[in-house]
Amino acid sequence: MEWFKKAREGIISQKKKDIPEGLWTKCPKCSDIIYVRQLEENLSTCPNCEYHFRIKSSDYIRLILDEGELEEKDQGLISGDPLQFKDSKKYPDRIKTASKNTGLNDAVVSGIGKIDDKIISIAVMDFAFIGGSMGSVVGEKIARTIERAIQMRIPLVIISCTGGARMQEGILSLMQMAKTSALLARLDDLRLPYISVLTNPTTAGVMASYASLGDVIIAEPGALLGFAGQRVIKQTIRQDLPEGFQSSEFFQEHGFLDKIVHRRDLKKTISLFLEYFSNDVQGSA
Amino acid sequence: MSAGFVLEFEKPIVELERKIAEMREFASDENVELSREIESLEQKLDRLADEIYSKLTRWEKVQLARHPRRPYSLDYINAFCKDFLEIHGDRGFADDKAVVCGFGKFNGQKVAVVGQQKARDTKGKLIRNFGMMHPEGYRKAMRVMRLAEKFNVPILIFIDTPGAYPGIDAEERGQAEAIARNIREMFRIKVPIIISIIGEGASGGALGIGVGDVILMLENSWYSVISPEGCAAILWRDQAKASEAAEALKLTAQDMLQLEVIDKIIPEPRGGAHRNPQGVYELLGKEIQAQLEHYGSLETGRLLEQRMQKFRRMGEVLQI
Ligand SMILES: [Zn+2]
Repeated sequence: MEWFKKAREGIISQKKKDIPEGLWTKCPKCSDIIYVRQLEENLSTCPNCEYHFRIKSSDYIRLILDEGELEEKDQGLISGDPLQFKDSKKYPDRIKTASKNTGLNDAVVSGIGKIDDKIISIAVMDFAFIGGSMGSVVGEKIARTIERAIQMRIPLVIISCTGGARMQEGILSLMQMAKTSALLARLDDLRLPYISVLTNPTTAGVMASYASLGDVIIAEPGALLGFAGQRVIKQTIRQDLPEGFQSSEFFQEHGFLDKIVHRRDLKKTISLFLEYFSNDVQGSA
Repeated sequence: MSAGFVLEFEKPIVELERKIAEMREFASDENVELSREIESLEQKLDRLADEIYSKLTRWEKVQLARHPRRPYSLDYINAFCKDFLEIHGDRGFADDKAVVCGFGKFNGQKVAVVGQQKARDTKGKLIRNFGMMHPEGYRKAMRVMRLAEKFNVPILIFIDTPGAYPGIDAEERGQAEAIARNIREMFRIKVPIIISIIGEGASGGALGIGVGDVILMLENSWYSVISPEGCAAILWRDQAKASEAAEALKLTAQDMLQLEVIDKIIPEPRGGAHRNPQGVYELLGKEIQAQLEHYGSLETGRLLEQRMQKFRRMGEVLQI
């Protein structure tokens, strides 16, 4: 759960006297002071070091879909409590709190939209909802997003942002990996394109299923990507992890990522891939 | 060492068994008549064992699943298969010995086999990496599955892993990619896949070879999205809370059946598979035979459609 710590570090801890509070933030990577307005204009990336701040699912929708418009589907799917799970909190209470804080029903928003006039089926995960974790609702919504691509014979785009499977739904969370991957096999059989976009973080059960199965996989710079959690790895091997381990750059270096793309180029890049993968008979636009 | 291994809750039983054995030996050595005393102790043992094993907690079942004397994949393979031919390597990087792959004859029928392999002695444990596979292991498993498909041979899979290996090298070689690809590709393998969970089924490490037409599970095995220790460390911030986590995760075979994740529980002898491996081989072997006959008779298109639908249904969602 390293990413929780990282998220906390993002919150300003040091105040600067001369600028009114709330108008600025500090880059967790280069420590530069950035005006909030400047950060927004820069799509929540640091103008100095290109650190990508985490943004919401609605921000991605605005960023990459034409007119920022999503025809949202399956909004009414909500989580049950199949295990009657309780740790320090009851699972349904966790869900309620997350819903209240995010205005979302679960950790993914899905539907139909357009990228440069090309109709796509899209799902965008949201880390703010229980760490973007995948339970039955996320799995089902991703599955239906793939099914819509299949039914409508349109490309699929999934933007992931998640710590992995949702422990509170136990084995049923694990099975969402199989459910989504099964449908991706079918999508692949039909030669429909799937662009997988990884943001900070994309790890564990999601990384070991649909996030890794794109025809191409692109990621924002500096994202935490991988299968096992860093604390678990450290405990297992009893040694320090190398600098930049499990970053986007590491992932690409080892051959598991096609492209690292700055947020401002995300739409353009997806659009271009969709053009190359459009499968039209004449082979030209 | 492991031959004498006894779990805490097994102790009263093992103790009583020892007493009975001693009494028998004494009776025969000294030629004295103790049959009535022995019989009475045996009845007592029976009651005691019934009492202990009928109310095992989930955490105790996890311990049974990890019992060092529990049969491992190769024990099943040797019990089930004649002329077993092992194959090695993923043709890309290495041979992962945490998984055994090959071909054998199961009741005379050709089968391909994939089994996660643990070991009982220190040296073996290192060689088998405690049953924790690296990416090359998942890729080796896919290789044998593709071969099985090519030569129209059904696949038997034995799951027994505490998880996919969490290490720097495993991440460098794409642990996530290897597991993801296997999960997807197993939906396209055009021969029957019979899964047996024989011990531990931890997370993506298990699911990476866990897609099939039917999922059988030994009574004292567990299957979960995360190990009880891992879950405890994250949610309770304390690994020692593993027993609580095991309860919360609902990870037993009975739980799996109720959540409709598996198809059938294979009963174990009282006290667990290690107390009578032969009995377990017989029961599981019979079930696998029946499943091979059933799925072997299905037309390929239907087989794959059913496999897909099986997993498509899993999960619980509500609509508002
Ligand atoms: Zn910066």
